[in-house]
Amino acid sequence: MTRRPFTPKVVTANALLEGDVVWLTAEDAWTRDIAEAELIEDEAHGQIRLLHAEAQPDVVVGPYLADAEPTPKGPAPVHFREAFRTRGPSNYPHGKQAGD
Amino acid sequence: MYVYNDFDAAFVRERVAQFRAQVERRIDGSLTEDEFKPLRLMNGLYLQLHAYMLRVAIPYGTLNSAQMRQLAYIAERWDKGYGHFTTRQNIQFNWPKLKDVPDMLEALADVGMHAIQTSGNTIRNVTADHFAGAAADEIADPRPVAELLRQWSTDHPEFQFLPRKFKIAVTGSPNDRAVTKAHDIGLRMVLNEVGEAGFEVIVGGGLGRTPMIGKVIRDFLPEADLLPYVEAIVSVYNLLGRRDNKYKARIKIIVHEHGIEKIRDLVEARFAEIRPGFSGVDRAVLAAIRAQFENRSFERSDSPPSKPGYEAARAANPAFRAWTDTNLAPHRADGYAIVSVSLKAHGATPGDATAGQMRVLADLAEAYGADELRISHEQNVILPHVRVEHLHKVYQTLRANDLATANIGKISDIIACPGMDYCALATARSIPIAQEIATRFEALKLEHEIGDLKIKISGCINACGHHHVGHIGILGLDRAGVENYQITLGGDHTETAAIGERAGPGFAADELLSALERLLLAYLDIRESPEERFIDTYRRLGPAPFKAALYPEARADAA
Repeated sequence: MTRRPFTPKVVTANALLEGDVVWLTAEDAWTRDIAEAELIEDEAHGQIRLLHAEAQPDVVVGPYLADAEPTPKGPAPVHFREAFRTRGPSNYPHGKQAGD
Repeated sequence: MYVYNDFDAAFVRERVAQFRAQVERRIDGSLTEDEFKPLRLMNGLYLQLHAYMLRVAIPYGTLNSAQMRQLAYIAERWDKGYGHFTTRQNIQFNWPKLKDVPDMLEALADVGMHAIQTSGNTIRNVTADHFAGAAADEIADPRPVAELLRQWSTDHPEFQFLPRKFKIAVTGSPNDRAVTKAHDIGLRMVLNEVGEAGFEVIVGGGLGRTPMIGKVIRDFLPEADLLPYVEAIVSVYNLLGRRDNKYKARIKIIVHEHGIEKIRDLVEARFAEIRPGFSGVDRAVLAAIRAQFENRSFERSDSPPSKPGYEAARAANPAFRAWTDTNLAPHRADGYAIVSVSLKAHGATPGDATAGQMRVLADLAEAYGADELRISHEQNVILPHVRVEHLHKVYQTLRANDLATANIGKISDIIACPGMDYCALATARSIPIAQEIATRFEALKLEHEIGDLKIKISGCINACGHHHVGHIGILGLDRAGVENYQITLGGDHTETAAIGERAGPGFAADELLSALERLLLAYLDIRESPEERFIDTYRRLGPAPFKAALYPEARADAA
């Protein structure tokens, strides 16, 4: 059985105190902007970064690896669910789009 | 209305203090998320897609003006200035911060409210007919029983870790506005042959991934046996319910797997066992609760109804007349009406109200509505007791606050779950679909021609938007990374409850509106008269003409 090739990922989670969506940067910080996230292109590195995130339960909740793709501005979401997480709800500008 | 006694007030305050300490320990790292999650869920706190969400219980959908004002205050003080009323007659705040939640709960406790058991595998908020205590077709107000069940189930030591969540609905009317057949237990008040009130007990209904219409487990349960009988049902479920698979853990699955006869035998045996332990305290408590609900007599109103002014306003103002035609329901007392306030302005988010709108509703309830408000499972607000001569004034105030949409029971009066705009479980969005349907059919000016129609939209198979029991149900799914919408037809949430049938393949979001337009234009063509509702035409003709309208290319292929 052939495994599907690894596709680029970002580590994402919700912030413990605010509950809002955050992404892990290459500098080990948590950012509110996916474009500043570390784009992970190696599966083993991805697992290490996820473990690193999971070791911060006092900062974030529920970290996971989400598909992302490179763009000139930085990583961007692939799936529509992840795209909504970068913006906020579509009925009101109450999420991250409020700061755009 | 029930007012908290000292015990209730102290209990809720203790729970707030307990949760405050739990939040502090989570923030300082003493509790892990795995340890904290069940504690926060027991207090109604979820972590959703973009933020935390606090679900506040509105027992049987009833609240007074002070409580509504406090919800407005909470929305402004700790959220983003609005709240979302849900299909379980609750309210959800979508943007609280973790550290603020104990203060929010404290503010709720100030007005006799809480968020206890609005999540978790417990007995959830007991829901009721939103016209309870006012409806002309009612045998008796079901809310005293609902309040008794609330008190009994709150922190019940045997039922805090059920196999899965457990939902009870109660109605006092033969016209089922409480969706009793789609609940774990549905209680329908009925009269026996000598005119005594009791309950038809329905068990094992539910929507979600395995939709089931509940089955009658007892034709007539005397009111005196209600609490022990309900306890017997939950007790049997607690033992038999499948804890090995959360998707098969609801009572509907054990009723289906074991059969209603076997479940009935087990429940009756358990009932016989525990009935003697109920010494009558429950009856005394119910009597005391009932006294609080019966402190108003509409028949002894201080002045006779003054209808001439109302009729003159109707004649003079077509918009007011349209609103009275759609948004009023008959009251049990002469000279009163039940007002349904639509939270479905065309293009608005179903069920949302701003803090300002909540205050307007509270003011109206206080001035003209016996200080009572209801939240309906259809995500609207009810002013249950408005004197006819006040209707025009109420309407004018509602209209000035974008609350006078005349669409109750029509195509734009849509139930929609929060969907992927908020919910972490959703597979697609619901709200934009509801908004688009409402604006499209408003633009086409077809809403009132189409007439009574229930559209219900869920953003995943958990079916919080009740799509299975919509005349037209819409289920949002993720098909290979794209939002896709399945249509079901023929569902019914009332006493003639039915699960809708899937019409065929799903539609992409940009195809859905055109498909619905074809469907409803076909209905207008084939109905026998304007009085024949969509669901009646569907029942008369079956799905074929509707499927043909939805999938014209399939018809062309077959030709």
